[in-house]
Amino acid sequence: MKLRANALIGGVLIGAVLVVALIAALWTPYDPLAIDLMSKLKAPSAAHWLGTDEFGRDVASRAMAGAASSGFIALFTVVGAVLLGTVVGVLAGFVRGWTDRLLMAVNDALLAFPGILLALAVMVIIGASRVGLVIALTLAYAPSVVRVVRGTVLSLREKEYVEASRMIGNPEWVTMVRHVLPNCIAPVAVLATSMFGWVLLSESALSFLGLGVAPPAPTWGNMLSGARSYLESAVWLGLAPGLCIALTLLGINLAGDALRDRLDPRMP
Amino acid sequence: MSADATFLTVDGLRLVAERSGNTVVNDVSFDVKRGEFLAIVGESGSGKTMAARAILGLLPPGIRHAGGHITMDGTELLTLAPEPLRKLRGATIGMVFQEPMVSLNPAMRIGAQMAEGLKLHTSLSELQIRERILAMLARVQIRDPQRCIDAWPHEFSGGMRQRIMLASVMLLKPALLIADEPTTALDTLTQGEVLDLMTELAREQGTAVLLITHNLGLVARYAKRVVVLCKGERVEMGATDQVLRAPIHAYTRQLVDALPRRSPTIARTGTPMPLIEARQLSVSFATPKRGWLGRSGTHVAVDAVDLTVHAGETVAVVGGSGSGKTTLGRAMLRLVPASGGEVVFKGQPVAPRGAALHDFRLACQLVFQDPYSSLNPRQRIGDAVHEPLRLVPGMSSAQRDARVAEVLDEVGLSGFGKRFPHELSGGQRQRVAIARAIVRRPAFVVADEPVSALDMSIQAQVLALFQSLQKTHGFACLFISHDLAAVEQIADRVVVIEAGRIVEQGTRDAVFDAPQHAYTRALLAAAPVL
Repeated sequence: MKLRANALIGGVLIGAVLVVALIAALWTPYDPLAIDLMSKLKAPSAAHWLGTDEFGRDVASRAMAGAASSGFIALFTVVGAVLLGTVVGVLAGFVRGWTDRLLMAVNDALLAFPGILLALAVMVIIGASRVGLVIALTLAYAPSVVRVVRGTVLSLREKEYVEASRMIGNPEWVTMVRHVLPNCIAPVAVLATSMFGWVLLSESALSFLGLGVAPPAPTWGNMLSGARSYLESAVWLGLAPGLCIALTLLGINLAGDALRDRLDPRMP
Repeated sequence: MSADATFLTVDGLRLVAERSGNTVVNDVSFDVKRGEFLAIVGESGSGKTMAARAILGLLPPGIRHAGGHITMDGTELLTLAPEPLRKLRGATIGMVFQEPMVSLNPAMRIGAQMAEGLKLHTSLSELQIRERILAMLARVQIRDPQRCIDAWPHEFSGGMRQRIMLASVMLLKPALLIADEPTTALDTLTQGEVLDLMTELAREQGTAVLLITHNLGLVARYAKRVVVLCKGERVEMGATDQVLRAPIHAYTRQLVDALPRRSPTIARTGTPMPLIEARQLSVSFATPKRGWLGRSGTHVAVDAVDLTVHAGETVAVVGGSGSGKTTLGRAMLRLVPASGGEVVFKGQPVAPRGAALHDFRLACQLVFQDPYSSLNPRQRIGDAVHEPLRLVPGMSSAQRDARVAEVLDEVGLSGFGKRFPHELSGGQRQRVAIARAIVRRPAFVVADEPVSALDMSIQAQVLALFQSLQKTHGFACLFISHDLAAVEQIADRVVVIEAGRIVEQGTRDAVFDAPQHAYTRALLAAAPVL
């Protein structure tokens, strides 16, 4: 029962973010980019629900617009990293030999860089844009998925049901898809849910360095980093994007756990 | 105190599972006298381990004590504070666990692990501790105790580790040794050696032994008295001879009857056709390098073996662990590459790869030892049994479904198709594994210790099922086992293998009644029988 409640809370939180992001595409209380220097750094009020920032832009409108861009970046990055990482990891773990050595050499080299540095380098090459950011962060985060998947596959391939599949006469790729891959879901799901948080924060770091989403356009990350200088004078500036990120992550973690348990036949 | 004095009394013990409220152990009473050898017998889920663990206050989380008393020399153990209880553990009551591979800390040298107990419970000096450890290691027949002290657990085999475990427990001269299935993970020969040693040590030190086991043969050989548990209740208690020869309770009788017996020899008519042959088959593995600059060596697991299995017959391959019997079975199925020799199936050599291998695979199957890891946890039973049929050419989907239903029915699992493996018991899982193996009507099945992970009465059922399926479908079987009792029940011929070589082979009756080779005789002598 506790599990159901968690799943419900998680689902509601994620649903709320999606709805807000969709609404933001059509309507926001103010233009999120409109500068109004007359009413800058105003505390939350009836006119500006979440206050205004240093340029007098409406924080609520920016947070809504930010939900769309941050959500887009985080979702596509995590899905991309999981897909890429799983394919490479399963190949390396199951085929072994030279394929494994080559893939893992490249992967370990990538892992040796801090993710943010790697993403920076990629961004410099492909240029700053939302799609560029997704590609860069995908490449930065896929290597850790590769590691986890390969490790899981290495232990799974010694299981007797994998040998049984071979004994049945199944070709290797069938064994891989039918018996090895489904059993990798649990560790990958755990990794993916925690990855959402890292990606949101990396996005803000890259935006802060000017390589993420170009400045006037809001993301939760660049709103948060912009708010840093005003933390003492205007708390609401940091609070709005911070709470958005925290609640989204909470939702994703709750829903992720519930989803993983749901996908595992062994769970009651 | 007299030698007969009662040392430990368990009185009306009741344990319940907190979550479900199920009673795990219900009103169990028994007593252990000083220096006696008592066995608790029961199948998995009978509560035998829980009852023993309650003595030391080592119940797993979720199991709660709900009534009864455990007294030792007049002290109530169940209500004892953690600190005095901790002083008892090891010093007065020692425990040896089932799995020697994981009960020693792999990151600690043997000497340091053995010294732990002595440091906690005695005030001996480092030097005295070392001397005691050396003497004890020599006593449990560890070669070169000096070197052993500085060695790591992974350098020893399961049997050696269990000796070391035993040595470190007996170092403290406990008044009671609780041994929870101490030899279940070992092969017959090693099992006999470890238990003989345990009995001798206990006798020397006057230690009482509480042996927890499911193996009635061991009880008959070692225990003076026996307590039989069934579903958490004590169903019988008494002198071993009496209980096993003239069981009163129906459950005990059922256990005794479940022991494998030699079935009548089946007379085969006509000249049998050789189905599969190993000709000078060898398998070798590279061993890891020793040190940084060492060379990797080769370990010959199967050494030029000639073996013929005729259509419809059961050939048992018998040997201790590490004898190469499992590797031989897998090499005959071409699951491990051979380093020499060939496998001939129906007169044709089997290629190591390609279409011929695929055809060979379609005609051969393997049943694994551990039914818990041989089934994909995410695959429903019906799908697992159905899967081999996908590769059979020219079978309609209706035919396949009918075949799956038929085979599930044959193994006594009709209506189980939609379940997942974790919803089945060990015996049921092994039935699924057997169903998956025979669904394609193979000509040859390798069964690798198919019953050694199961309870006694389940073993008997699975063996009987296997025999009846063989009678119906007429497949030949290579039955790999270290359990001579099971072999005696179902084999037509027996092949004894030691260090990768066949040392003796012949009909079952010839090998069991007149063993020629010393190794066969040792195996037979070590097999526990009633």
